[in-house]
Amino acid sequence: MSATALARAPFDRALWLVAPATLFMLALFIYPFVYGLALSFTPTQGGALENYRKFFTTDNLWPTIWTTLRLALPATLINVGLALPIAFMMRIKTRYQRWLTTILVVPITLGTVLIAEGMLTYFGPKGWLAQLLQLLHLYDGSIRLTHNYWGVLISLIISGFPFAFLLILSYITGIDPVLARAAATLGADPKAQFRHIYLPLLAPGLAMCFCLAFVQAFSVFPSAVLLGAPAGPTRVISIAAYEAAFEQYDYSLASAIAMIMGFVQLIIVAVVLGLRGLFYRGPVVGGKG
Amino acid sequence: MVTVWRALMWGLMTLFVVNIGAMIAAVATNSFARRWLGTWLPDGWTTSWYTSAWKEFQLDAVLWVTVEIVFAVVALALLIGVPAAYTLARRNFPGKRMLMLLFLLPLMVPPITYGIPLATVLYKLNLGGTMSGVILANLIPAAPFVILVMTPFIEQIDQNLESAARVFGASTLRMFWHVLVPLLAPGILAASLLVLVRTIALFELTFLTAGPDSQTLVVALYYAVFAAGVRAPQSVDAMAMIYMAVTLVWLLIALRFVNPTQLVSRVKEHPQTA
Repeated sequence: MSATALARAPFDRALWLVAPATLFMLALFIYPFVYGLALSFTPTQGGALENYRKFFTTDNLWPTIWTTLRLALPATLINVGLALPIAFMMRIKTRYQRWLTTILVVPITLGTVLIAEGMLTYFGPKGWLAQLLQLLHLYDGSIRLTHNYWGVLISLIISGFPFAFLLILSYITGIDPVLARAAATLGADPKAQFRHIYLPLLAPGLAMCFCLAFVQAFSVFPSAVLLGAPAGPTRVISIAAYEAAFEQYDYSLASAIAMIMGFVQLIIVAVVLGLRGLFYRGPVVGGKG
Repeated sequence: MVTVWRALMWGLMTLFVVNIGAMIAAVATNSFARRWLGTWLPDGWTTSWYTSAWKEFQLDAVLWVTVEIVFAVVALALLIGVPAAYTLARRNFPGKRMLMLLFLLPLMVPPITYGIPLATVLYKLNLGGTMSGVILANLIPAAPFVILVMTPFIEQIDQNLESAARVFGASTLRMFWHVLVPLLAPGILAASLLVLVRTIALFELTFLTAGPDSQTLVVALYYAVFAAGVRAPQSVDAMAMIYMAVTLVWLLIALRFVNPTQLVSRVKEHPQTA
């Protein structure tokens, strides 16, 4: 590279390095999205909005939105709601922290399919849990935790809780403990520290964590099929989209369902980020870095 | 009050961990069980389910496909992700925020939402159901993930080192290979292990784009469970154990090099040099 070329070129050559990734994302993420959006407005028959009309008037399509939200919202609230106090408790680096985080990584990497298979064996009507409860005479009736709503909810908690916990823990350990110590010197107990120091600083992280945990729960697919009742109470929206695409080969309708799914997801994210705005705004002085 | 609260949290945590442990143990027990119907332990033990699962599900082929796909995804994700992360860490340019958003979106949208239009496009291009299609689909979350993990790593490297290499006449390529790549090795190792573990477990995208010859282990496991009616459950559990062994080996390797929280915190905020 000659000096004259450098002086002449207002264009930074380092920008070429970002080009492959950008092109890749445009070609394989944005283009299919736009293509899908266009395809959703060109149904096999009828006007441009036929697919959307069909979705909102067919009895086994539009209720899937509520079915999915009924699973995803409680699961996300439980996961984030439990992960926050537990992560707060574990914020100080100890041997326990290392052990617990290591153990909790396992369910994440096992994936939803393996968790579903494990739950069918363990939570099933004749599994160890049922036997234990009967042995201790805690509950003598038949235990129904698989092939229904509860099975799917439990599997969402098993795969989602560790995720929320590790994410929140990484945000909490990013907050300078000096801030909490300063508060303690002024007489703040752990509860007050949490309320006045950690919670405001965590608000952006919590909003992000809620969104990411919700994305996972909202796109529930394998466990809803394997552990739920995919024809009835756990017929989630991703099942409807999959059936339209790969069983009826109506890609246009499938794209429309995928777009509706993305839209609902977007609304939830917008609401959460809006709520986050009510909390605390300003410099996160004690943040990492 | 505080002690009660602590005890409650510890109790919940223990309950959670114990149940997961028991769940995995139940799968393990069943995979070695001769016959196990409603008793505490099976009648007898056997390893025959592993050999039958191996044959029945053609696991040698499936494992080989999984290895090919996962390593191709890791290599390609690094190839396009690391240079992009370099530019995003070092330069400011108009549209940078838009670009960051573009790389963040795939991690914020459910895979099924873009997986279905993507599968449609791939089938139109005759890439659906092929290995290349599966690799391309898996790269969509993998490449942005590499970018998000690598950007803070690159920001930590002193820019003077690059200037020094320049002064001695190194070209951009030489500078990359002889200065940046060695310094970034720990970060690259961490990013590739994280992508590897995540790609093995990623179900939806592979499921939507794979054909019979391009199934990864997790999709094969799904079909085995899905069509379980005709098969012995022990055989499915044996396959689940093989899947778990594959994942856990890589997970243990990964945990030697990365902090467990790194596996999930894809959007760790880092100070932007404005």
